[in-house]
Amino acid sequence: MTNTLYLAWRYLAFHRWKTAILVLSVTLIIFLPVGLNVLVEESATQLTARAASTPLVVGAKGSRLELTLNSLYFDGAIPTPLDFSEAAKLRATGLAQSIPLNVRFHVRSQPVVGTTLDYFRFRGLSVASGRPLVTLGESVLGAAAARELGVGVGDAVISSPETVFDLAGVYPLKMQVVGILAPTMTADDNAVFVDLKTSWIMQGLGHGHQDLQAPEAAANVISSSDNEIVANAAVVQYNEITTENINSFHFHGSDTAFPLTAVLAIPNDQKSGVLLLGRFEGDEFASQIVRPADVIAELLGTVFTVRQFVVFAVAVVGIATLATTILVFLLSLRLRRRERLTLFKIGAARPAVNAILMAEVIGVIVVSGVLATGLTLATRAYGADVIRLFLA
Amino acid sequence: MLSLTDIHFRYPVGGFSLTVPELQITAGNSLAVIGPSGSGKTTLLNLIAGILAPDSGVVSFDGQNLGGLEDRALRDLRLNRFGLMFQEFELLEYLDVLDNVLLPCRLGGGGGLTPEVRQSAEQLLLKVGMGGKRASYPQALSQGERQRVALCRSLITQPALILADEPTGNLDPANKGVAMDFLFDYVQEHDAALITVTHDHELVDRFDRVIDFQQFLPREAAA
Repeated sequence: MTNTLYLAWRYLAFHRWKTAILVLSVTLIIFLPVGLNVLVEESATQLTARAASTPLVVGAKGSRLELTLNSLYFDGAIPTPLDFSEAAKLRATGLAQSIPLNVRFHVRSQPVVGTTLDYFRFRGLSVASGRPLVTLGESVLGAAAARELGVGVGDAVISSPETVFDLAGVYPLKMQVVGILAPTMTADDNAVFVDLKTSWIMQGLGHGHQDLQAPEAAANVISSSDNEIVANAAVVQYNEITTENINSFHFHGSDTAFPLTAVLAIPNDQKSGVLLLGRFEGDEFASQIVRPADVIAELLGTVFTVRQFVVFAVAVVGIATLATTILVFLLSLRLRRRERLTLFKIGAARPAVNAILMAEVIGVIVVSGVLATGLTLATRAYGADVIRLFLA
Repeated sequence: MLSLTDIHFRYPVGGFSLTVPELQITAGNSLAVIGPSGSGKTTLLNLIAGILAPDSGVVSFDGQNLGGLEDRALRDLRLNRFGLMFQEFELLEYLDVLDNVLLPCRLGGGGGLTPEVRQSAEQLLLKVGMGGKRASYPQALSQGERQRVALCRSLITQPALILADEPTGNLDPANKGVAMDFLFDYVQEHDAALITVTHDHELVDRFDRVIDFQQFLPREAAA
């Protein structure tokens, strides 16, 4: 037995590249369907976990998926905005806590999340360094966002313009970084959190500029009356909110009409949740309410269908590869006919010669099986982190 | 030691037939078998080694009729009592020189792979001047070196009968001399017998007996 294994080992070791290709092929045949299943299941778990921890989301009528992806993962298309008054109306029902979200802007590729301090409490986010948001113009960064942007507490980040060519549009806002969050391996890690009003300033709904009644601004004033001053474009607008200019920032119009991308609704209890869903059935609200878990379940239904096709395709490729591997082996047997004959002439029994060849095949299968098992275990161990990184 | 009596063999395909009325060799003797290509010299070696079975007649080794032995007993004979050397040497490309020499022992010959056998293999290689190449692979060896490795492999189990099929067919004169000296020395030292198939008429003078296979061919084939 030892000699049989030794001769098989010598053959495999001598033809190391051929052996490596065979091992790789068989490993992939075994691992791909299993690994794919593990990854898809892990993705489902991760997606479901975030969705399950977010009871209800209110947004403008439109795509439920866009609303859910934007509100939970700060990703995808920007949903149709809804008025801030909807959040107030929701709160007024007394059935749920409402957390407004305005997810529209970016700092480079990191999403800017305009919200309130309730969001941090709801998600259980803790500040690892620095402090939470206190005033306008401040930002708190998720751990991954801070790493990506290469900034820390005391540094500043600048919001990206919505479009480079829109000179009359929204101007970038420079924001002080006052805190970095502890990592959570969720979408929150990638976000730049600002106060809701700061996000509205980014959107151009509020602004700060030099005092038009000050003597140095007189040259820019076109007309003036008791309740209105009209100035030209030369008036200095602030693109950073500081302690010196914060009092000059103000909003035009009523905030009830200011836009949100969504409102997270956290019902007081299960009954309140059901009642709230019922209230949205009628005309009381102009918006829609979705249960993220349901939306993600629908998405996963599609993912699982796709997975079935992919697994089928992988299985077909696997069978083809296996058939090719068997063909290669059979051709190799033919090429090695002389070697087998030599072994027989020297005195080896035919079963002993076959045992050497079988030991080679089993060796390849065993090594491939071990590698595939290792890869599967690694996928199980680290797949969750990888998926979270992709989803974050 | 070895006797063949009234041997008749015909290949099922091709129709080639061989008839050997009588052939004997005793311990300590050497026999050269010469003859034209296709006269059945290699077939004779295969019949003696028990690789082929005659249609009729008796091949007897040390008083045992090979035709009456089971496959296992025939293989034991080939592994332990016969030393086979092939025309093309038939070394396994994936084994180094030492492992090629030890191959019959790994297949169960010579009492298995013992430290003594391993030492014996190394000594054989030293004797034929291959001690420094025991870790080399056949593809890195010259024809002469391969032949010497094949020679060591055929002798590792200390056989009583050596069957060599044109062992010098691919060699230059110097290497021919080295190989045949080694074989004849072995025959003398171990009181063994040597049957060699050869085309080389210069070589046959060194043998005790020479058989020209032309005499066994059917008259029309010989013509």
